[in-house]
Amino acid sequence: MLSIKNLHASVEDKAILKGLDLEVKAGEVHAIMGPNGSGKSTLGNVLAGREAYEVTEGEVLLDGSDLLALSPEDRAREGVFLAFQYPIEIPGVSNINFLKTALSEIRAYKGLPPMEARDFLKKVKEKQQLVEFDAKLANRSLNEGFSGGEKKRNEIFQLAMLEPKLAILDETDSGLDIDALRIVARGVNQLRADNNAFILITHYQRLLEYIVPDFVHVLYNGRIVRSGTKELALELEEKGYDWIKETVDA
Amino acid sequence: MLDGCPSTYLITFWRCVMSTKDDALLKELTLEEYKYGFTTDIEMDIAPKGLTEDTVRLISAKKNEPEWLLEWRLKALQHFLKMDMPTWQNFENPDVDFQDISYYAAPKAKPKLNSLDEVDPELLSTFAKLGIPLDEQKVLAGVVAVDAVFDSVSVKTTFREKLKEQGVIFSSFGEAVQEHPELIRQYLGTVVPQTDNVYAALNSAVFSDGSFVYIPKGVRCPMELSTYFRINAENTGQFERTLIIADEGAYVSYLEGCTAPMRDENQMHAAVVELIALKDAEIKYSTVQNWYPGDKDGKGGIYNFVTKRGICKGDHSKISWTQVETGSAITWKYPGVILKGDHSVGEFYSVALTRNKQVADTGTKMIHLGKNTRSKIISKGISAGVSHNSYRGLVKIGPGADNSRNFTQCDSLLIGDRCGAHTFPYIESRNKTAKLEHEATTSKIGEDQLFYLTQRGIDPEKAVGLIVNGYAKEVLNQLPMEFAVEAQKLLAISLEGSVG
Repeated sequence: MLSIKNLHASVEDKAILKGLDLEVKAGEVHAIMGPNGSGKSTLGNVLAGREAYEVTEGEVLLDGSDLLALSPEDRAREGVFLAFQYPIEIPGVSNINFLKTALSEIRAYKGLPPMEARDFLKKVKEKQQLVEFDAKLANRSLNEGFSGGEKKRNEIFQLAMLEPKLAILDETDSGLDIDALRIVARGVNQLRADNNAFILITHYQRLLEYIVPDFVHVLYNGRIVRSGTKELALELEEKGYDWIKETVDA
Repeated sequence: MLDGCPSTYLITFWRCVMSTKDDALLKELTLEEYKYGFTTDIEMDIAPKGLTEDTVRLISAKKNEPEWLLEWRLKALQHFLKMDMPTWQNFENPDVDFQDISYYAAPKAKPKLNSLDEVDPELLSTFAKLGIPLDEQKVLAGVVAVDAVFDSVSVKTTFREKLKEQGVIFSSFGEAVQEHPELIRQYLGTVVPQTDNVYAALNSAVFSDGSFVYIPKGVRCPMELSTYFRINAENTGQFERTLIIADEGAYVSYLEGCTAPMRDENQMHAAVVELIALKDAEIKYSTVQNWYPGDKDGKGGIYNFVTKRGICKGDHSKISWTQVETGSAITWKYPGVILKGDHSVGEFYSVALTRNKQVADTGTKMIHLGKNTRSKIISKGISAGVSHNSYRGLVKIGPGADNSRNFTQCDSLLIGDRCGAHTFPYIESRNKTAKLEHEATTSKIGEDQLFYLTQRGIDPEKAVGLIVNGYAKEVLNQLPMEFAVEAQKLLAISLEGSVG
């Protein structure tokens, strides 16, 4: 589904990603771990097409076509979803209105008419339950005055509503208490399917106890320096990132 | 062509309130800038340029006014000639040559019109193109009575008969002078005196027409009253005069929407609006203003210098101003409320959007005189391009205004980094029991907000529309439903091309 080859990217002329390779197939969950400043969040932002992130070399293909040539909105319409590390507050714009607009735009891109109001509301109800998202929050302004945990859950609610092909969760676990983490993980697990894929960006192994990844990659200094299965995450937890740093820098 | 009539004028219209809910049309509008291109030929009757006592006498005679009104106008003219231009505003006052303006323009039509059949068919078809529901059927389908003002003379007032049954008077100002001179004489100039400011003095001397509303005791006006103003002929200043009186216990909601055609030279609009709310009465006055703002370089565009003020004369009365200002090269106005009656309430809700080289210097004045009076000010400025948007507001508490309260919130939203937002709040309190609150914020449409919305598949232009409408929601919610929808679209359309 996703094929990243020799990806180099920089922010304000500072090179962050320095030759990253990654293959993600439909139905897979990949965890990307790594110390602070290794380029984890940059990867998410580059894939989503954030303006400040400049790709200097390499290619990214989504189902065989050039993802990097697309605008952020078209990437989203093609099915790339980024769950933000720090979701943004937009005062006065209701969560529901926002989702309705987003869904209609994505459907229009695919040549589909907007959903019937009834079907839309049914879907909202269903997905709210899936991620245990308070119905009151759905009618409030987008993320305005939400707690950190509510914002993260809203990201998963949006994920459930938009049903993307490729979901990138950028440190969705950070700032969540254990109950919220469990709810978020349950939501993601229920959304896992043969025709979609997840990239989990995280610092901690904790999240991976709830969402079991097929692959774990360690990102360090802009490159993936080690790949394995979930056991790699455990080893990392035990030995710390210094272990990686030493082996790579040596 | 009639004798004495200048050549036939080509008139291009600029629509301000889009009454259509047709998305296809909307899309068309969003793609193109100022291309409402259709023209119409109307024979105009225009006074010679210049401003003297004779000009005033001509206008008054044309309108068959009583002697006292002519005297009133002449007094105003004397004031005007003695007054200096203000210098306190936060923009450079354009140099207006008052002798180069024609002070009267009216479509050549039959002097008295009894039905639509008598209206110039050319005019009717123009209204049809503008989508104004002038024909009875369309109006019957809606709930809005439209008093369409074409240039300076009211052509046709719909639904007046129906309103009449309840004793409501809704007519052009000129007609009211003929039919209800006692009401005009009693109230004209009592809220905005002739000497109030230089533009009010000018308006008082040369006003051509406008609207008059009277709601009798205890009557709740059964429909939204609406007037579309537009400016058409070249080089004719527009001096509207509006007077609304809500008698004891009455209620009225009035909407003013504006259109103006594209013009190369600047046109000045100096209107005066006076509202009078007697005991237990309520007046809600909403404005959607979308006059031609000039081109990208600031060429052309309307100068909108308006004096609007209401008085809560009786106890427990209420006046509420709501304005959505997206047009004009310069918008300069401060709709205010004099809270004279005890327990009276004044409100001001404003969204002012400026882009390119537009200027807005707007806000309100809340003058608390009565006991337990309350006022609320919600101002939302939006600046894009290289525009300047200023909030200027005065809250004044008189010595007798025990326990009066004011809450002011003025927010500014910046789009891009070349525009300006300014806030000039003035507070004068002469009573220790008064409570005043002021909150102000300035924010930018952040790259992060835009990216968040586009990452969910939303088009960037649409994303800005969402953000801006969310920001202005508190004010838009005050508008009557159908106009709120139009105002939302207007805000989104006005920001086309501002991102990037």
